Amino acid sequence: MFIINPFAELSATISPTLIQGFVWAMILCVVVGTLFDIIHKRSAAYFFENMRNAEADADKQIDGREKLSIAVQTAVNDVALSGEFCNERRRIAHLLGMYGFIIYVVMTAVLVFAYPTPATPAPGAFVALWYIGALMICVGGYWFWFFIRADVAAEGSSPFRLMRADLFVVSLVLSATFGLLWAWLQTAGAAGWDMVFLGLYLIATTVLFAGVPWSKFSHMFFKPAAAFAKRISKANGSADNLPTLSRDDPEQQKRHSMELLRDAPMQMGLGIKREAPRHY
Amino acid sequence: MPTFVYMTRCDGCGHCVDICPSDIMHIDKTYRRAYNIEPNMCWECYSCVKACPQNAIDVRGYADFAPLGHSVRVNRDEEKGTIAWKIKFRNGTEKNFLSPITTKPWGQAIPQLADVAGPSQDMRDSQLLYNEPKYIRMDEGGLHTLESNGLKLKKGVYY
Repeated sequence: MFIINPFAELSATISPTLIQGFVWAMILCVVVGTLFDIIHKRSAAYFFENMRNAEADADKQIDGREKLSIAVQTAVNDVALSGEFCNERRRIAHLLGMYGFIIYVVMTAVLVFAYPTPATPAPGAFVALWYIGALMICVGGYWFWFFIRADVAAEGSSPFRLMRADLFVVSLVLSATFGLLWAWLQTAGAAGWDMVFLGLYLIATTVLFAGVPWSKFSHMFFKPAAAFAKRISKANGSADNLPTLSRDDPEQQKRHSMELLRDAPMQMGLGIKREAPRHY
Repeated sequence: MPTFVYMTRCDGCGHCVDICPSDIMHIDKTYRRAYNIEPNMCWECYSCVKACPQNAIDVRGYADFAPLGHSVRVNRDEEKGTIAWKIKFRNGTEKNFLSPITTKPWGQAIPQLADVAGPSQDMRDSQLLYNEPKYIRMDEGGLHTLESNGLKLKKGVYY
């Protein structure tokens, strides 16, 4: 199963041009949906206004080199490592889902455009990566859905309670799940059933990519921008109006209020963060 | 000064729900972000504001000390053992405070009460509570003063 390109097998039933057209349509949906989201919700206007306010409140100006360094930190820590999550389990689930999604989407495009028929066999590693990406989405997604979500894990809400805010995660997980089931049924030669799951796979995938204006799909574009703005505001001293006084500053160590900490170590360890917030 | 949540900053981790003594911080069922379900019942203890790892919870300051258009924000730095406050008035005036929240590394100075000797009969008969601060005196003696207790006022305390 893990070495058979399901899209090449599908070309016997559906023309590769049609399959490629579907992928193009999905790409178009994401571009149009994201632009609509930006204009309709005025997210870009809000973002740039926030940046202007932060610059107006800035204590110091940041030069291009420092901005580049902040951009690299954002790309590595906030984007590549999902560093903004304070819950480690959630961070791992997010990383599984994020990298799984990237691998799954890229490999789908590679398999559909570069190896569309059995006449052009795809390298085994590429096919295996498509399955691995989908499996990573399933592991991260179901783990988050049933065990990590605060309203399920802590508030006791049913994990089967669905709402519009779940559109992205549910359609993503279902797309990967139905995709895997379709590929498995196709390999197993379950005629009929494979077409049923192909239909479900296409529906879930269409909802995932065409539902951008109503789902949180575009957070993958907005979140890095927000993380960058947050780091900039910290570096220029505006810090979203948060206090910037720190015990690290030798001037602050002279404050009368800091007298009690004169002989204390600079690292006090973790207080309430030593335990997960699960006492309610 | 009841608290409120900036839902765009909240990541729904549940720290505020966990710590709220009034049980009024909850996770919104639609957006899965925290919110104060009943600001009227807020004790204004600021536990949620201080516990929030994303600094997503803020307070509305009372008009008598910070008129409309102000911002009161707090940053609790556990690892440094400090808490910092910043009050920004609408005319741009800022007040900044920095105070300790612990003097010893967390979790290493927990009183071992089981090892402490029990109170004597005299202590039991006394009106003072067990471990009453020594500067509070309920007996017939004279008033406690700074001098009688060997204390001095310091700059920064009285002005």
